[in-house]
Amino acid sequence: MNKIWILARMTFHEAIRRRIVLTGLVLGILFLIIFSVGFHMISREVANDGENRPVLMARVMQNEMSSFMLNAGLYAVAFLSVAMGALLSADALAGEISSGTIQTVLTKPIRRSDVVLGKWLGFAGLLALYLLLMAGGAVLIVFVLSGYIPQSILKALLLMYLESLLVMTFALMCSSAMPGLATGGTVFGLYGLAFIGGWIEQIGAIFNNHTAVQVGIVTSLLFPTEAIWRRAAFEMQTSVATILQMSPFTTISVPSVVMVVYALFYLLGTLAIAVWVFQNRDI
Amino acid sequence: MSVAAIETEALRKVFGDHVAVKGLTLQVSQGEVFGFLGPNGAGKTTSMKMLLGLVAPTSGRASLLGTPIGDRTTLARIGFLPEHFRFQDWMTASEFLMLHGELLGMEMQALKKRRDDLLERVGLTPFRNKQLRTFSKGMLQRIGLAQALLNHPALVFLDEPTSGLDPVGRRLVRDVVHELRNEGTCVFLNSHLLSEIEVTCDRVAFIRHGEVVRVLELATLNGNQSVVTIRASGLTSELVTQLEHWGHDIDFAGEQLTLTVHHEDSIPEINRFLVEQGVNVFAISPSRISLEDIFIETVGKDGGL
Repeated sequence: MNKIWILARMTFHEAIRRRIVLTGLVLGILFLIIFSVGFHMISREVANDGENRPVLMARVMQNEMSSFMLNAGLYAVAFLSVAMGALLSADALAGEISSGTIQTVLTKPIRRSDVVLGKWLGFAGLLALYLLLMAGGAVLIVFVLSGYIPQSILKALLLMYLESLLVMTFALMCSSAMPGLATGGTVFGLYGLAFIGGWIEQIGAIFNNHTAVQVGIVTSLLFPTEAIWRRAAFEMQTSVATILQMSPFTTISVPSVVMVVYALFYLLGTLAIAVWVFQNRDI
Repeated sequence: MSVAAIETEALRKVFGDHVAVKGLTLQVSQGEVFGFLGPNGAGKTTSMKMLLGLVAPTSGRASLLGTPIGDRTTLARIGFLPEHFRFQDWMTASEFLMLHGELLGMEMQALKKRRDDLLERVGLTPFRNKQLRTFSKGMLQRIGLAQALLNHPALVFLDEPTSGLDPVGRRLVRDVVHELRNEGTCVFLNSHLLSEIEVTCDRVAFIRHGEVVRVLELATLNGNQSVVTIRASGLTSELVTQLEHWGHDIDFAGEQLTLTVHHEDSIPEINRFLVEQGVNVFAISPSRISLEDIFIETVGKDGGL
């Protein structure tokens, strides 16, 4: 356990030294500034429009607009943290094996699994910080400017974290067996597949097309990222939106809790395969 | 009898259909400085990686310091400098040593002292807070060497520790190896810089196609053995037989004769003998047998391709 901690610290340290954290921070703050400016402007428009309407109606509209904007913002955050997770770990093991830097580490009295788990823990910590800054920032901006806070926000944030962990862990697993570039291609390919599958499922649900929904579920089983995001979005959406099904960020076909549990096992499974592959390969 | 530092039996590694190491059988005693020689691609690095647990053998057995390879606790008593000196270049020299010391499980106070001593020993104290990415190859070799010595190892593996280095760097490796020998540390040196091996090693193994083809005590090499070439007329086979008194491996054809003498002092005696027997001696030229001669003789001029 001690050795895992040393390696996690090293991974974290490396990200700071290599200016990955700094880059993420600068871009994140830029994102939050743009988001707050945009939110403020739209919020003002809606408020002006609401002056001619009944008070209750204006309140509902303001609420729906805030919810929609926040979901859109968080969708961007989810994508960025997925990209962050993939970029962090795609070359993590593969890069160190091909450069040879891993050799002095692996010839110390440690387990190979310590290296994989240490890296995983370091990346998981980085992703948590990143998500806390970006998603937390977006939620805070919306709350300060409009007083709106979605229901089950904590659950939604945890699900978004799970989504980024899924991608990061999957990339780490690929990275234990193949070069960084191949890993990146595979991960984004699967992410895209899950994305399309998710939309087929959504549209299928609107038209009650059973086959389309099945296609979505199968892609979700293959790569559960999009399903987890839709569950997160569902946790945050207002009851009005659920009834009206009125925006692209409204979840129509809601992934079940079983899918979330499946995703957790998927995460553990990919991590276990990463360890196993790394343990049994030649360096 | 104490346990061997390294013991291998028919250690073999096959990558796909390429046999990298055919069957390595080797024994290295504790406290010995052992050279592992062979042409490029002979399987030296793969052999070393198998011993260190980086590459899993296809078959065969090996043990380090009495425990089977792959045993983690033994790695705490081993040092390793990999070839090419590629390290975590975003770390400073000091951080790099601290990380590796922590991975070795060293106690913090002892580790800090050891880090300072080693930085001083390899001459990097002024650069301790510089990131390794700013280091030259020679400096990386030094920090890598310091890393390999952190735990006062009983056995040190050096993979091509001097290739591509200037004479100062080579000298440092030689001095450190001498110090290690004096402390009773076993050093396993993988190199093809024969002049280095010649001055640092007690014994060498020649490997070719992943097999030990010859093991040589270098003490015998340094005992003034020479190959003497004699050009003379009037040599008879009877005389040639009498030359066996001074040397061996006699080769005689026409006016040219070569033999290996045990000691260079025999050369004037041979000359006197031949002249007294009425032989016209035109030339006697001795040449020391170098490790290079033996290398070429052992692995072949084709380099074992």
